[in-house]
Amino acid sequence: MPTRPTTRTRPATTSNGVGYHWNWGIFWEMSPEGTGTYLDMIVQGLRMTLITAALAWVIAFIVGSAIGVLRTLPGRMAPLAASAWIELFRNMPLLVQLFLWYFVFPEILPAAWGIWLKQLPAAAFLTAVIGIGFFMSARVAVQVASGIEALPQGQRAAATALGLTPAQTYRYVLLPMAYRIVLPPLTSELLNTVKNTSVALTIGLAELTARARAVQEFSFQVFEAFTAATLAYLVINLLATMAARWLEARVRVPGYGRA
Amino acid sequence: MRLIPLALAALFLALPAKAADLTGTLQKIKETGTITMGVRESSVPFSYLDDQQKPVGYAIDICYQVVDAVKKALSMPDLKVLTVPVLSSNRIPLMANGTIDLECGSTTNNVERQKQVAFTNTHYLTASKFVAKAAAHLTTIDALKGKTVVSTAGSTNIVQLNKANADRNLGITVVAAKDHAEAFLMVETDRAAAFVMDDVILASFIASAKDPAAYAIGDEAFSLAEPYGIMLRRDDAPFKALVDKATADFYTSTAGKANYAKWFQAPIPPKGLNLNTPMSKGLMGAYAHPSDNADPASYDK
Repeated sequence: MPTRPTTRTRPATTSNGVGYHWNWGIFWEMSPEGTGTYLDMIVQGLRMTLITAALAWVIAFIVGSAIGVLRTLPGRMAPLAASAWIELFRNMPLLVQLFLWYFVFPEILPAAWGIWLKQLPAAAFLTAVIGIGFFMSARVAVQVASGIEALPQGQRAAATALGLTPAQTYRYVLLPMAYRIVLPPLTSELLNTVKNTSVALTIGLAELTARARAVQEFSFQVFEAFTAATLAYLVINLLATMAARWLEARVRVPGYGRA
Repeated sequence: MRLIPLALAALFLALPAKAADLTGTLQKIKETGTITMGVRESSVPFSYLDDQQKPVGYAIDICYQVVDAVKKALSMPDLKVLTVPVLSSNRIPLMANGTIDLECGSTTNNVERQKQVAFTNTHYLTASKFVAKAAAHLTTIDALKGKTVVSTAGSTNIVQLNKANADRNLGITVVAAKDHAEAFLMVETDRAAAFVMDDVILASFIASAKDPAAYAIGDEAFSLAEPYGIMLRRDDAPFKALVDKATADFYTSTAGKANYAKWFQAPIPPKGLNLNTPMSKGLMGAYAHPSDNADPASYDK
């Protein structure tokens, strides 16, 4: 019978004061904000992240689809306008855009409007939803446009030959297939929208990352706080990915696209 | 971790018996020949970068007194001093993993944080107050009723603001800003009527504003003055004893008081601002009888 190797003895020096003091119990302790535990802080942040991401995604999807369609219309003005929108919102860092919306935009309005806007109770939230929504709309627009362009030219020609108006062509022929083609990259954009909400902490939105930072600021338990936030992002995005997979399988046109 | 016994063995063989007796931070300093200070980039006048990007400040000068004491205690006149810039979000990991040995800045010492780190003797006391446009004539907390008030996210100040708002039923819209500079910007651009923060930080923002006369600090404080301390690793009694003694000796000396005057009552680099803040009664007490007590009430005598 082989002898078991002797267990390596751990030196006592690891407890000589050098090191980090883990305390997973921190989440069940009351936070100094007096409104609940540290876990409640994380949950509040999670809720804010979900609401912000959901509304921003609605804006991104609707505006992005419209701009994407404009980009593929015949003629010159519509594609030009769509490209201008895309380049404007895609080429500026999101952080800069949020700062422009939050700090600069109210200053260029007439004074009374600016003051009204600045004193709105949910100013940071509205700025985040619109700012992130517009930023992501540029990315969605590119996806939608490339989905439409990926379709054979014959589809548009066939629709015209059938006597469909351009609106009907998009509604019944082009978009249903284009959305199916770009569903996987659109899923990535949805995940990016969730992650991009963390940038809104710079304009004071109390979302998940901001609340994790607050937890560490009060308790100094930095690793526990950010582990909780990381897990929360991971779970949200895994659920979103699974939902997208399900949708993909559900709407797949038999015999078309990837096997 | 496997390196630790090796390092210990090497140390035991290479150094006289005295060094092998050292533990924790002192052992690390002896082994590496360096002591590392964590410094802040913009915590005026405690710890910030001057126009040559060199860390300077009231807390930095205090830390250099500690360094001198360490040099003496370990008989290491050539001890190398490193400075590492830290943020409030990374100072704990950097201290825990041994990147920094002292955090020389403006960190509030409270009981909650002592579960993670230790603090040496209090070097400053500050109360939460608010700054507003002077033209608004706001002096009391009640005058903020129904207004939008900003504070820095995750600070104890925003907690005190929320509490006062609830206790006094003021209906204040509380807004959180990412950092102090952004919060002050919100008052400057009228996005918020007032900014609640440690009074000394408000004083430094006013002093460096485009038009310092346009701002006024309210008279009423949200809290008792809270202590700032230099942060050390926890459970490291020999190092803490050394730092405590070094800071206590410095505070009770005339050099200690001169250091206060140098940073709070005279023009400071880089722009020659003068904070014009004489020593408070509480801090005079903390200088006469150095203490690492986290309880604000213990300084309010």
